[in-house]
Amino acid sequence: MTIAPTATLPPEGPLSPDGPTAESMAGESLWKGAWQRLRRNPMALIGGGIMAVFVFVALFAPLLAPYEPASTEWTELSTPFFVQGSNSEHLLGIDRWGSDMLTQLIFGARQSLIIGVVSTLIGLFAGALLGTLAGGLGGKVDTVIMRFVDILLSIPSLLLAISIAAAMGKSSFALMVAIGAAQIPIFARLLRSTMLSQSRSDYVLAANALGLRRRNIILGHILPNSLGPTIVQATLNLATAIIEVAALSFLGLGEDDPAVAEWGRMIVSGQDRFQIAPWLAFYPGICIAITALGFTLLGEALREALDPKQRR
Amino acid sequence: MTVEYVPGQPQSQPQTTIAGHGDRPLLTVTDLSVTFTRRGRAPVHAVDDVSFQIRAGEHVGLVGESGSGKSVTSLAIMGLLPRGGVEVAGSVDFDGQELIGLDTATMRNLRGQELAMVFQDPMTSLNPVITVGRQITEVLKRHRDLDKADARTEAVDLLTKVGIPDPARRVGDYPHQLSGGMRQRVLIAIALACQPRLLIADEPTTALDVTIQAQILELLRELVSGSQTALLMITHDLGVVAGLCDRVHVMYSGRIVESAERRQLFARPRHPYTGGLMASIPRLDQPRGVPLTPIPGSPTDTLPWSQGCAFAPRCPNSEVDCRMHTPALEPADNRALRCFHPLTTDPRSVGATHA
Ligand SMILES: Nc1ncnc2c1ncn2[C@@H]1O[C@H](COP(=O)(O)OP(=O)(O)OP(=O)(O)O)[C@@H](O)[C@H]1O
Ligand code: SF4
Ligand SMILES: [Mg+2]
Repeated sequence: MTIAPTATLPPEGPLSPDGPTAESMAGESLWKGAWQRLRRNPMALIGGGIMAVFVFVALFAPLLAPYEPASTEWTELSTPFFVQGSNSEHLLGIDRWGSDMLTQLIFGARQSLIIGVVSTLIGLFAGALLGTLAGGLGGKVDTVIMRFVDILLSIPSLLLAISIAAAMGKSSFALMVAIGAAQIPIFARLLRSTMLSQSRSDYVLAANALGLRRRNIILGHILPNSLGPTIVQATLNLATAIIEVAALSFLGLGEDDPAVAEWGRMIVSGQDRFQIAPWLAFYPGICIAITALGFTLLGEALREALDPKQRR
Repeated sequence: MTVEYVPGQPQSQPQTTIAGHGDRPLLTVTDLSVTFTRRGRAPVHAVDDVSFQIRAGEHVGLVGESGSGKSVTSLAIMGLLPRGGVEVAGSVDFDGQELIGLDTATMRNLRGQELAMVFQDPMTSLNPVITVGRQITEVLKRHRDLDKADARTEAVDLLTKVGIPDPARRVGDYPHQLSGGMRQRVLIAIALACQPRLLIADEPTTALDVTIQAQILELLRELVSGSQTALLMITHDLGVVAGLCDRVHVMYSGRIVESAERRQLFARPRHPYTGGLMASIPRLDQPRGVPLTPIPGSPTDTLPWSQGCAFAPRCPNSEVDCRMHTPALEPADNRALRCFHPLTTDPRSVGATHA
């Protein structure tokens, strides 16, 4: 005789250990969950799309650009009285120095990406180090580090960047350090406060109750739980960094070699022909705006994905 | 003259020596006081002259309503109170070693290895971004010097022991993939990973569903009984203690008000507060529909102990002297009791037996 399958048992009967939750069936991790929320967010798709195009263009600039960068072949097409606009040979026309505008913009993406990423990384690492020390160790270390960070923060970031760029001389590296240094306080404060609030949570008390080493608790438990907001901030800071590269170049503090295309400097150089050829400043300006928008959208979407409770 | 009675002291404790428990207590808490001092605020005496002992393998209950100082007592024993704004006085002797004021490195070596703790909320007590397997192996590596492979094998064994199905797969899970009951099982596995000599369970079932509560208690009982691990069970529910503990200390507003061997206490509660707690346990032998009798008032309705009996504002037996003098903890009727007018009749329905 076959026994008919019994009616569905209560999932958590008094004798059976409580079963897995529906969630566990999906077998997803915390980051996977965030990834899924990210994929469903149109803001993230737009931001990610812009970023992908930007990175692609920056990486493959030599292949994509129609002409050689910094060519002076068409100098006569850019005079104080006439600037060649878009035509079949030059899709976006000729720039201030007689190079192909599209080519210069494409190579400019490369410069912006390198400076933006490297400077943000400089700010992120230095800031994260200070923030981890302050937030993890607390006490006197915290006081000293935060005093230093406060001083750094009290200097307007542009002024700080200008001073550093001026002190180190005109080079791309100086620009990166300058922009990165201005970001240190943002990352240090953010990570510190996240870590301090995390260190009051139950799992940290539980980890302490297990006698785990302090270093392990700080680096292995508190830090990984505090990284979310910092990653979001880094994405947002990339946008700011790209704008700041342009701003500092605009102020004449960037790369000295005129052969290196850079969006900020392209705006500056376009200024004296603004009356007759506004696109000289307009095209690089649009590039900066769109790229910054892309990183900002992605950063905001990341923030929501990592902390779904904060969603409106 | 009143002599302060130290509960659990061998000479004042008849017929409670359980075979195999040895004579020297594992943990001796003497006059433990914890005061929170915050600038601009009145000091809070969260724990006030608390003394008790636990023998190896013994199960002791610490019972009281919210705010009575149970958690603070356990954190003081574990050395986990915040560093600033707290004054700790008295002594906590663990197997001959004084824990109060012990240097942090030594204390960290004891924690997790000799003393372990299970907390109230399994939803927040596990690290959300680390797999449960790693959270177990971490402790094994820290205190038992196991290498990676051995630690993993041991972790799977531990998960099996605490009744988690398919443990080899579960070690790779993140906490949010487990239900509350399963998480508490994991936390118990972690706490018992190094076979500690004392396990403190601070309301381990309060945050769980009723059916799961019974399972977790049963699991704790299974794991702890028959081993040398002593258990300090902290709860607001005398029902939890009834089937689990050898000895029970009832706390109110930071002080022990009654402590007795379990059978003595349940057979005849003497302190009006104990009586009140007992009357609020749901009972199977009571006809349905009979309402439980909660203790009137709230735990915040207290008198400072320095002015009288803290329970006086809520006490059915209270008289004038209760608000003028502070009752001492004194030996009476096979127990220690802090009350001027103890109960003479069982507050529960007459003729009922319990536990
Ligand atoms: N960090 C703190 N700062 C100030 N007061 C505190 C602190 N922790 C606890 N207290 C106070 O100590 C008293 C005892 O708290 P405790 O957490 O030990 O109570 P409990 O018996 O465990 O109650 P519960 O059942 O709610 O867990 C409470 O009055 C509480 O307000
Ligand atoms: S001392 Fe008085 S107020 Fe306090 S519990 Fe006993 S009878 Fe009640
Ligand atoms: Mg508590």
